[in-house]
Amino acid sequence: MTVLRTCGITKYFYDPEKFQVLKNISMEVQRGEFLSLVGKSGCGKSTLMYVLSTMDTDFEGELEIAGENLTRRSQNYLAAFRNRHIGFVFQFHYLLPEFTVLQNVMLPALKLGELSKAEIENRAIEKLQLLGMAEHARKKTNKLSGGQQQRVAIARALINNPDVLMGDEPTGNLDSHNSRIVFDIFRELTTVHKQTIIAVTHDEEFARQTDRVVEMSDGRIL
Amino acid sequence: MSRWVSSLGLSLTIARVHLVSKPKQTIIAMLGVTFGIGMFIALIGLMTGLNDFTEEITMTSSPDIHIYNDITESRPSLLEMVNPQGLNVVHNQKPKNETAKLRGASRMLEVLRRDSRIYGVAPMITSQVFYNFGPTQLNGQIQGVEILEEDKLFDLKSKMKAGKLEDLLAFHEGIIMGSGLARKLNLAKGDRVVITTPQGFTRTLKVVGIFQIGIGAVDNVRSYANMSMVQTILQQDKSYVTDINIKLNNREMAQPIARELQANFVYKAEDWQTANATFITGNYIRNIITYAVSFTLLVVAGFGIYNILNMTIYNKMKDIAILKAMGFAGVDVRSIFMIQSLVIGLLGALLGITVGFVLSYLISKAPFNGGDVVSLDHFPVNFKLKYYITGIVFGLTTTAIAGYMPSRKAGRIDPIEILRGQ
Ligand SMILES: Nc1ncnc2c1ncn2[C@@H]1O[C@H](COP(=O)(O)OP(=O)(O)OP(=O)(O)O)[C@@H](O)[C@H]1O
Ligand SMILES: [Mg+2]
Repeated sequence: MTVLRTCGITKYFYDPEKFQVLKNISMEVQRGEFLSLVGKSGCGKSTLMYVLSTMDTDFEGELEIAGENLTRRSQNYLAAFRNRHIGFVFQFHYLLPEFTVLQNVMLPALKLGELSKAEIENRAIEKLQLLGMAEHARKKTNKLSGGQQQRVAIARALINNPDVLMGDEPTGNLDSHNSRIVFDIFRELTTVHKQTIIAVTHDEEFARQTDRVVEMSDGRIL
Repeated sequence: MSRWVSSLGLSLTIARVHLVSKPKQTIIAMLGVTFGIGMFIALIGLMTGLNDFTEEITMTSSPDIHIYNDITESRPSLLEMVNPQGLNVVHNQKPKNETAKLRGASRMLEVLRRDSRIYGVAPMITSQVFYNFGPTQLNGQIQGVEILEEDKLFDLKSKMKAGKLEDLLAFHEGIIMGSGLARKLNLAKGDRVVITTPQGFTRTLKVVGIFQIGIGAVDNVRSYANMSMVQTILQQDKSYVTDINIKLNNREMAQPIARELQANFVYKAEDWQTANATFITGNYIRNIITYAVSFTLLVVAGFGIYNILNMTIYNKMKDIAILKAMGFAGVDVRSIFMIQSLVIGLLGALLGITVGFVLSYLISKAPFNGGDVVSLDHFPVNFKLKYYITGIVFGLTTTAIAGYMPSRKAGRIDPIEILRGQ
């Protein structure tokens, strides 16, 4: 079953001069697939991820996630859609420093507002257990190591059981040991929980072990 | 609906965390509002308190309509009467030689007493006199009145410092003297005073009472005497009356009624607004100044909030980006910061009215000597609920306006720009 489909995505930057950063990108991602996106620095990987994540709407072509066509939707609609269907992990964790680990993980679910607070808390603990972080639930996020913080960020991205988990170099800022941990978690999520994952990476080792490697060059998929 | 409420609740939680995690900043922003509103409450309370106090004594001691013979009123010249069509120039025209007498006063009084809009009418004779004090003479005024009618209009009984109004009825040659005048003349109740009329007649009168209205302009010059006695010393007959004072049932009707009376009686009929125009303008200007000063203070407080919110948003750029990436809409982010500024505003305003109340209370207890101008021993301060509500509304409005622009900016932040920048 196709979770994500793009058709002829094309994007330009106009500053400092007109420059085509994405060239006619068409791709499909199946449910439960673990896909890695690789390519030279500056080839447009991050730009593509922002388009796929619905945060960037300034492009031509069609984008469809979970059977819904997302082109020409309002910002508010897309925000609600992201909240329910997409989890995003960045190179940096971007946890909110004033909140505890548990609160950070709960935030997207509180925003969604479909479960009671107690149910959300249970589910957040569940996700933290999945990532081996449950015992740190009550800590402030700045009391954690970089690898631990990234695992909390992954738990946060998973809290609403998204259709796609996207990562822009999710291990880019981690040492090899922590990279390994994150990779294993991703692997487990896709095989055991049928979680769809699209991850940009520079790590060849990481890419080689995913289900499919998509290589980009100069704004095109090879 | 419930989705919307829970979303707002979440914004509220985040806003609270932001405020609590930077307590110093929050408190400083709050104190700006507190200061502005506290000053507003104290200033407005004092200003309106003074205004109301002076208005009260001015209004109770002055008639709603005053009818008199305005001999300085310009009149058509003789030349114009005999030659109405001509081009007449009369240079430096003087008033006719006539007394201040109101002709047909008794008929006027009859008409006025039948008028249902009128609460009370009192005829009166006013004259300049000299009060002899040893070898020197003090310039002043004597009013010949029917003292009980005068009391009905101006509540003189409550203004008596010594003696009783009835003593004047019992003692034909008596005089009730203003407290300031009595002090200057070194007179007490029971003493005798010699007065001289403008025509040069002298008479010895006995001080049967002393009154104090509370305004120096009255207490330092005026005495009341029996009407018939004043008629005698001015060598006038029983029909001689110079003024008619009127109190209305509804004071606000003074202007149209005065106009009507002036047209009917031909004599000048002056309403209280016209008579006290400078005083009313003064009140008005003082109120404007108070609001202007408070408004300025609040604008300054508003700039403080604007700055602090801008700073917070700048520091929270990454948080805002991630919230938006997680699915928070622009309005959610905007409400996070709007709530912060409104909480600052509300707490600041509540503290402000408390400070304002305490200040007002302290001012109202501070001793103050009004001197000869007004009889005051401490400041009259208003504690009207209206001003406290105005203060809160003021504070919330300022903070809402100050918070709106930074909040809107936060709501419009493009997460990609922030996330890519890392
Ligand atoms: N806001 C922008 N305005 C103009 N050009 C931009 C902007 N953002 C990115 N670019 C350019 O677009 C191209 C693609 O950038 P992008 O960030 O997608 O590359 P990337 O493949 O993610 O690289 P890296 O592996 O280094 O992260 C680059 O040449 C970059 O300079
Ligand atoms: Mg990149």
